[in-house]
Amino acid sequence: MRSGVISLIAVLFGLLAGAVLMAVTGHSPITGYMYLFEGGLKSPERIGDTLATATPLIFTGLSVAFAFRTGLFNIGAAGQMLLGGFLASAVGLSLDLPKPLLLLVMIIAGFVGGALWAVVPGILKAKYNVHEVVSTIMMNWIAYWTVYYAVPAYFKGEFLETESKLLPEAATLNVPFLSEMFGGSYINLGLFLAVIAVIVFAFIINRTTLGYELKAVGLNRHSAEYAGIAVNRSIVLSMVIAGGLAGLGGVAQYAGNAANIQIGILPSQGFDGIAVALLGANTPVGVLLSALFFGLLYSGRGFMNAMTEIPPEIANSIIAIIIYFAATSILIERLVRWLIRRRSSGASARSSAERKVD
Amino acid sequence: MDYAVEMLDIRKEFPGIVANDDITLRLKRGEIHALLGENGAGKSTLMGILFGMYQADRGMIKVSGKEVRIGNPNVATKLGIGMVHQHFKLVSTFTVTENIILGSETRKGLVLDVKTASKRIEQLSQRYGLNVDPHAKIEDISVGMQQRVEILKMLYRDAEVLILDEPTAVLTPQEILDLGIIMKNLIGEGKSIILITHKLKEIKANAHRCTVIRRGKTIGTVDVASTSELVMAEMMVGRSVTFKVDKKAASPGEIVLQVDSLSVNNNKKCLALNNFSLEVRAGEIVGIAGVDGNGQSELVEAIAGLRKPESGSVRLKGEEITGLSVRSRIHRGIGHIPEDRQKRGLVLDYTIAENMVLEVYHREPHSKRGILNKAAIKQYAERIIASFDVRSGQGASSIVRSLSGGNQQKAIIGREIELNPDLLIAVQPTRGLDVGSIEYIHRRLVEQRDKGKAVLLISLELDEILNLSDRIAVLNQGERIGVVNASETNENEIGMMMAGVTAEGGGEA
Amino acid sequence: MWTTIVQIMPYAIVFTIPLLITALGALFSERSGIVNIGLEGLMVVGAFAGAFVIFKFQELWPHNVAALWLGLLAAMLVGVLFSLLHAFASINLSANQIISGTAINMIAGAITVFLARNMTGSGNIRITSGFSRYDVPLFSEIPIIGKLLFTGTYDTTWLILLIVAVSTIVLYKTPFGLRLRACGEHPHAAEAAGINVKKMRYMGVMISGAFAGLGGAIIIVTFAGEFTGSVSGLGFLALASLIFGQWKPLGILAATLFFGFASTVANVSQVIPSLAVFPPVILKVFPYVVTLLALIVFSKSSRAPQAAGEPFDSGKR
Repeated sequence: MRSGVISLIAVLFGLLAGAVLMAVTGHSPITGYMYLFEGGLKSPERIGDTLATATPLIFTGLSVAFAFRTGLFNIGAAGQMLLGGFLASAVGLSLDLPKPLLLLVMIIAGFVGGALWAVVPGILKAKYNVHEVVSTIMMNWIAYWTVYYAVPAYFKGEFLETESKLLPEAATLNVPFLSEMFGGSYINLGLFLAVIAVIVFAFIINRTTLGYELKAVGLNRHSAEYAGIAVNRSIVLSMVIAGGLAGLGGVAQYAGNAANIQIGILPSQGFDGIAVALLGANTPVGVLLSALFFGLLYSGRGFMNAMTEIPPEIANSIIAIIIYFAATSILIERLVRWLIRRRSSGASARSSAERKVD
Repeated sequence: MDYAVEMLDIRKEFPGIVANDDITLRLKRGEIHALLGENGAGKSTLMGILFGMYQADRGMIKVSGKEVRIGNPNVATKLGIGMVHQHFKLVSTFTVTENIILGSETRKGLVLDVKTASKRIEQLSQRYGLNVDPHAKIEDISVGMQQRVEILKMLYRDAEVLILDEPTAVLTPQEILDLGIIMKNLIGEGKSIILITHKLKEIKANAHRCTVIRRGKTIGTVDVASTSELVMAEMMVGRSVTFKVDKKAASPGEIVLQVDSLSVNNNKKCLALNNFSLEVRAGEIVGIAGVDGNGQSELVEAIAGLRKPESGSVRLKGEEITGLSVRSRIHRGIGHIPEDRQKRGLVLDYTIAENMVLEVYHREPHSKRGILNKAAIKQYAERIIASFDVRSGQGASSIVRSLSGGNQQKAIIGREIELNPDLLIAVQPTRGLDVGSIEYIHRRLVEQRDKGKAVLLISLELDEILNLSDRIAVLNQGERIGVVNASETNENEIGMMMAGVTAEGGGEA
Repeated sequence: MWTTIVQIMPYAIVFTIPLLITALGALFSERSGIVNIGLEGLMVVGAFAGAFVIFKFQELWPHNVAALWLGLLAAMLVGVLFSLLHAFASINLSANQIISGTAINMIAGAITVFLARNMTGSGNIRITSGFSRYDVPLFSEIPIIGKLLFTGTYDTTWLILLIVAVSTIVLYKTPFGLRLRACGEHPHAAEAAGINVKKMRYMGVMISGAFAGLGGAIIIVTFAGEFTGSVSGLGFLALASLIFGQWKPLGILAATLFFGFASTVANVSQVIPSLAVFPPVILKVFPYVVTLLALIVFSKSSRAPQAAGEPFDSGKR
């Protein structure tokens, strides 16, 4: 509840900052925002696109949030997502199976790919106490270059050097009934997968002994060890699950929203996942909501750019600023407390402001 | 009267608590003045105010008769007030000289002038008999020498009034004697000392006068030579205290814990426990006496399964457990009240309920096939809360971080006793608690013994060891110096043994 | 083999310099106790500010090298201003330093491109000319090392090496350095000695901002010539160099030189026959894999500042 209010205020500040940015660069914030939200919401197709844009963000958000809940900072969701997507695409391009079965194998491959990329930092952390922030950053770049050379070598696209072949229809998460329902949108089964992931996440974290163990290790490694919890195994397992979730994000992105994989770029959703998790206070529902909100900003920015000439990076700027405010939530808390006190004490407002408590 | 420092009617409130309630303390020039009080009585706050770390809400501070305002530690330093904190404020990768000059550096042009500073430190060290090497790195020198570096730091800044906060907690008996001599040297040179402590013997041995505070209030200032320890203790606690724990003679049964030639390394890969053997029988309390850092932690961790021994064996009820995991040891009947309750004993951000099942969450009824049963967990926790009088805001759903230290400790002890272990390891079970809680915890430990459990007690407080134990094993530098029967020994003998003087007395029963 | 090294070395040094100055800045920040993973973002704003200022001045006075120096100065200033965001969050608000650093990276990447696009439409800013390279007279004639170290150099290279030397003296020989390091090792000890820990940490972070901004701009005025909205992970590599160099100036120099050399090898491997035998992917991932291995090797004996990353709360004792 409390963190929900803080997140909302952070969003508000982010939007305000975005408005300032638009204004100082000579654009009207009101029209800007109008087109931004219209672009994400005004037709069933656009709503479908918004939901689809949000899907990989849900996964990477869950990935970062899961790691957070277990005391780990997964800054490597980008690499895990890329590798998961690559492995799933490789399966999709290589195996000839009926669609449901192929999709199932691809989903497993995506999870495994992400998990594989996260298990290395997990082991380094558990066995050698190497900080996962640095190791996951290194893994990001290793993923980047691996895919950079593996795609042209094995799955070269027909027209461009910088992308893979297109996935066959049986290997994409797109299904006609969804696209039709949303007026030709590229919305796909990835969304359902994401919702399932949200539910599973919530169940594991709140109701299982596994979640209890992982959280205990995250909150206090020493106590967990003292109580007989296998600490090292828990750390590796946390990273595996977090990496797997990011890998699924790769499946949703490269086999759902797109139909091939591009090289020379670390998927921005990996880093946005940090923002999603933070804004969602690392809770499953919070992640879902903030991913949808960021999806809306990303999906509406193209339309806004076309109508107003405001650069699309305004969406990224807003998100980045929101994260800064979420990171400095103490400031918002102080502000809220100050406002409440000011209102409740009315006339004696001035004296209470001086008694600011840290 | 010539007072170095006067603190008059000092009052300090923190949100929800009055830490100092009109406290008055007058320090005469050239005296050692003890400040006596229980943990939480307000000693640290009062000294924090004198040292400029907090501002008093009311009251007056005079230094050499002049009223002063001490806004921050720098002002205190300028007024000639220095403080040796209980936890040393030394940078371990710096040399002695670098630590001492930090903040008031000597310079030659733009760069540091370490040479001149070292020379002056050497002189000061000789003058007061401190025996400190100015070029040594802090991480390489003993705790006792680190403390002398802290004292030098104040002398280097020309302090006239020295505040020593629980200075003996980390020292060996020999080092405690040395500190006494150093303090005499200091007052001989005209310095004045405030000695913060809760140890009556040290006050008796060193101080001239003693101010007692209780729950933030001054109880009185007494002349140490003409006041008995018992009287000071009563002033401190507020009622008559018996130093002796009520207990019947032990009736030891069969061997529960058998430690055989155990050698254990510490974190630095050095041998911390060397060829140590001990047995603990059902129905007895065996105490381990020793100065901090002489292998106690390593011994406990090896028994509990948190640290792999280099050689030797641990048996529980005759069964070899040396290679077993922590969890299987808990399962076989080891309960462990850990040394540091916040670091090891509790997950501070979990609720009481979640903490109470830390070792048993995976067993029925607390969970079944990996799914937690929150109702059963709550019920289990409420039972412990009720039988161990754990006080909290919202019962089982309170976050443990919000509990007082005493209640956190009671929760841990309740949790471990609820496991019904055959061997209960209690490490520093009463550290930092008030007398009421201490007495309560002591009773529960003796009760375990009387129920026929084996209890291994590790404490740095010699009084606690002497009062509770049936037998006492003494550790020095990782070696067993000896094992004596508590009824046949005294503080002097144990103190000698803690310093490494062999005197095999009672022997293994 | 030797000719290959001689061929590569000048390029490797050019590539090393921005890494070196950025990692050196991070050294000040971490020595004061603040972990700064926002280096990437600080480099980006430096590159942006540098490119922007140079672009504007080169319109005014073409072919005047002063424009470049003004650009570097602007990059440092903007780097400092931007680092204040991180300093405020981590020092005054005790925010999680990793999250704050991440936010810095994201804000920098987004806003610079947003602004650049407002100006140029493409989001890129190209400067007309950067610094020119030259062989140092006399020194480049020295046998062996002359060819290695003194050919094809930039003014900025010598400037940065001078800053490294001065920084080493400042850190280890001056009261400021002693105090800064104390804040990173044991802030309560520093406070007890009357040092204003918050102020020292601000200094550390601001120096980091200035140096990272400078590093970002040096990329523009030496080998890149154009601002493109990213510094391709160099900031993270600088962070790795800091760890690899074990928080010591000379260690950082060696680590960044290693990364500079390894990256240059990977970049030119296709055109140099003796290197073409290695699959390019191996050369590309080499620095990152070595960093991971180094993290393992150093894990047992890390000399990281002990209080780095922990918020300082003077009430807690």
